Amino acid sequence: MPRVVFTGNLQRHISCPPCMVDGRTTREALDAAFALYPGCRGYVLDEHGEMRAHMVVFVDGQAISDRHGLSDAVNENSEVFIMQALSGG
Amino acid sequence: MSSTLLVSTRKGLFTVRRTMAGTWEIGGVSFLGDNVTLALADARSNTWFAALDHGHFGVKLHRSKDSGANWEEVGVPVYPNPPEGLEEIDSMGRVVPWKLKLIWSLEAGLATQPGLLWCGTMPGGLFYSEDNGSTWTLVRSLWDDPKRRLWNGGGADYPGIHSICVDPRDGNKVTIGVSCGGVWQTADCGISWACRADGMRAEYMPPDQAYDPVIQDPHRVAQCPSSPEVFWAQHHNGIFRTTNGCQQWEEITEVSPSVFGFAVAVHPEDPEIAWFVPAIKDERRVPVCGAVVVTRTRDGGRSFETLRNGLPQTHAYDLVYRHALDIDRSGLRLAFGSTTGSLWVTEDGGDSWKTVSMNLPPIYAVQFAG
Repeated sequence: MPRVVFTGNLQRHISCPPCMVDGRTTREALDAAFALYPGCRGYVLDEHGEMRAHMVVFVDGQAISDRHGLSDAVNENSEVFIMQALSGG
Repeated sequence: MSSTLLVSTRKGLFTVRRTMAGTWEIGGVSFLGDNVTLALADARSNTWFAALDHGHFGVKLHRSKDSGANWEEVGVPVYPNPPEGLEEIDSMGRVVPWKLKLIWSLEAGLATQPGLLWCGTMPGGLFYSEDNGSTWTLVRSLWDDPKRRLWNGGGADYPGIHSICVDPRDGNKVTIGVSCGGVWQTADCGISWACRADGMRAEYMPPDQAYDPVIQDPHRVAQCPSSPEVFWAQHHNGIFRTTNGCQQWEEITEVSPSVFGFAVAVHPEDPEIAWFVPAIKDERRVPVCGAVVVTRTRDGGRSFETLRNGLPQTHAYDLVYRHALDIDRSGLRLAFGSTTGSLWVTEDGGDSWKTVSMNLPPIYAVQFAG
């Protein structure tokens, strides 16, 4: 099962510890995680289900390419990591 | 008289209380480290609301029923999906997303409208809640008005509704201020709307468009509770007043040291008395001559006093945003906060001011509670 991990910075606002979920795409994995932590959805996605402008998702170390549809594939052993897009000094 | 202030800052919501000794002290902070853009103290239900903009994580709204001891996250205004293929462009040629970017105004309905709240947002949607902020509904009549698409953000990325005035005589009559989109009014609780900015002048526009009501930039609009036909507006390039319920606005030009500013407060019982916090206009946005002053008129704008007592008069560069000046129900206590973290209070209508702090985070909004 893919493992979904949220940035520690998000934990300050809402509880969302790492979780194992079902899913074959990033969207499916995130939806499954949000089913466990409903309040988390709005912190990661906007009202239309798209990735917030300054959030990123890495699947097995690679930033996803489909930020709107979240169609990037995940596999049984994938780690899906959700974090802020940090920049600057 | 109110003895509690909610101070929304870049790094938290501060509660400031008047002590028995008559001083004003910082009593506590909620959301320390977070960007609190606005707060509302709803006297009907003794409920506080705090709007946060987390940046990465989006805009959130929290509610407290115990004066800030505990908060619960509630719903935020949600924009609908735009029609397929629509990319909305504002009058300046910029894309207007159908997504919540900022909660820019929050107001309660009347006591006869329990649970009703209004919320103005960027990029220009007005929302209402009938369940004390748990859920929100977009006012489609205004959003779908073709003239709404003429709004623009001016110096901001998106247009926004920053002022909501609920008529104390009739809660179905609501007036809003829009930057940049003029003043709009409904008499039927949002079923229909009309732009009510006739008489306002936008000197920044080409001359033939200067009096176009829909492109006006009122920075803040305030309604006199005891004389609801009187509104005051601190506009981008001047001060305006209406005495006939926004049918016609009149420009007030003779105000020293400046007619530029963001905030306005009107006396709750005397429509002739109003306060402003001026600055060098537009291109600089700092106090004139480095001196923080408040201007006050007692005669409907025919003359103004410049109030300085207790305010810094040298090398002060405090700018006061549109929601950062408030007045309590007595009309004697006012407070304002600045971008450089200064907070001042008066208990004599502005004749003298006391410094509460000069070390707070940048202040976005100040509101009396209770």
